[in-house]
Amino acid sequence: MEALGVWNYWVVVLLMMIGLYTVIARDHLVKKLIGLGVFQVSVIMFYVSMGKVTGGTAPIIPDEVPAEGILYSNPLPHVLMLTAIVVGVATLAVGLALVVRIREAYGTAEEDELQRMNGAQS
Amino acid sequence: MSSKPPMRMREKVLLRVASRVFIPLILLFALYVQFHGDFGPGGGFQAGVIFAAGFVLFGLIFGLETLQQVVPWSIVERSVALGLLIFGGVGVACLLRGGRFLDYGVLDHHSSMHGQHLGILIIELGVGLTVAATMLAIFYAMAGRERT
Amino acid sequence: MWIEIVLFALLVITAVTIAGLNDLFAAAMLSGIFSLLCASLFTLMDAVDVAFTEAAVGAGISTVLMLGALSLTGNRENQQPLRLGPFVVVLLTGAVLIYGTLDMPAYGDPAAPIHQHVAPEYIAGATAEFGLPNIVTVVLGSYRGFDTLGETAVIFTAGVGVMALLLGRRKRRDGDEVETSGEGHGDAKS
Repeated sequence: MEALGVWNYWVVVLLMMIGLYTVIARDHLVKKLIGLGVFQVSVIMFYVSMGKVTGGTAPIIPDEVPAEGILYSNPLPHVLMLTAIVVGVATLAVGLALVVRIREAYGTAEEDELQRMNGAQS
Repeated sequence: MSSKPPMRMREKVLLRVASRVFIPLILLFALYVQFHGDFGPGGGFQAGVIFAAGFVLFGLIFGLETLQQVVPWSIVERSVALGLLIFGGVGVACLLRGGRFLDYGVLDHHSSMHGQHLGILIIELGVGLTVAATMLAIFYAMAGRERT
Repeated sequence: MWIEIVLFALLVITAVTIAGLNDLFAAAMLSGIFSLLCASLFTLMDAVDVAFTEAAVGAGISTVLMLGALSLTGNRENQQPLRLGPFVVVLLTGAVLIYGTLDMPAYGDPAAPIHQHVAPEYIAGATAEFGLPNIVTVVLGSYRGFDTLGETAVIFTAGVGVMALLLGRRKRRDGDEVETSGEGHGDAKS
C-alpha cells in the first residue's frame, strides 16, 4: 500500500519517458522541441506534486477569516516552477530560431537528412 | 486602426469583431494581474505573458505591419533591457540607501514593511516589462521572417 | 483524487498522441491542449500561480511560436516506425527512475522532508514581516529575489539570442531580399 502512495511520480516518469522518446527517436527538429516541452512539463509536475499537502490549500493568506491554523501547500516549488515555465518558453524560442536558421541553411529540418548531408560533405 | 489589414484576414469578420472586443479586456486583465499580484494569484511573469498574448492576437488578426505601428520595434527592443535594468536598479537603490542588495526594507523611511511592498511592486513591474517585451520581440522576429 | 487520476490519464493520452503524430501542426495544437490539462492539474495541486502561468504560456504564447516556426520550416514530418533502440533506452531509464521513486514520501504527505525546512518560515514570515497575502509573490520577490533577478536575466538573454539569430542576416542582405519577399507578413500567419 505504501508503494501506491507515489503513483503521481510514476505518471511523471511515464510522461518524462514519452518526452524523452520523442526527443531521441523522432527526426524533425521541431518535433524534438515539442518532446522537450513534454519532458519539461513533466519535471514541473514532479516539483509541484512534491509541494502538495493533503488537506492543504493554495498559499494565499485569506483576509478576513482567522488566518491561523490553515494548512498551506508548500509555496517554494511553486515559485521555482513559475519562473521555470517562463524561462522554458524563452529557451524554446531560441531553439525554434535555431531550427529556422538550420532549415534556411540546409533546406530541411529532418535530423537524418542533415546528418546525411554532413556525411556527404566531409 | 485606420490602416488596412491584409486581404485574407479582412473577410474574417467574426474574428476581427471578436478580437476587437477581447484585446482591450486581455490587456486590462494583464494590468490587473500585474498590480494585484501581491494579493491574489499573479505577478510580473504571468502579466507579461498575458500582455504579450494580447498584442500577439492583435498581430495575428490585423497583420504584423499594423502591430508594428501600434508598438514600434524600437520600444520593444528597449523595453527588453529596461525591465532588467529596473530590477537591478532597485537592488542598487537598496545598496545606496544603506541596505543590502535587493533588501527592500530600506526603501521606505518609516516602515520596512512599506519598503518591502514598494520593492516587490517595482521589481514585478521590471519582470513584467522584460517578459512582455521579450515575447513580443520573439514574435516579431519569427513572424517577420519570410520562408525561403 | 479521482479528478486527478482522470486528468493524468488524459495527459498521458495526449502525450502519446503527440509523440506518434506526423502532422506537426496537429502536434503543436495538441501541445497547447497538453498545457491546459497541466494547468488544471496544477490548480488541483494548489499551485494557482503555476497554473496561471502554464495556461498563459503553454496554451498561448508557445503554441503561437511553434506555429510561427512551422510556417517557416514546413509542417510534415517523414513517416517513422517505432524505433527499437531508443525504446529500450527509454524503458530502462523509466524503470530506474521508478525504482528511485519508491523511496519518495507519499503524495500529499504533510510530514515529508520538503515541508519541514524553509517553507514554514516563508509561510509565517509572509504575514509577520511583509503583510502580503500571496506567499508565492513574497518568496519570488523578496526571499528569493536573487533567483528571480537571474531568471529575468535568462529571459533577457534568450530574447537577445533570438534577435541575433533571426534579425541579423535580414538587415545585412536587405537589398537583395526585397524582390523575393512578395508576400505580406500577415499572410504567412493566417
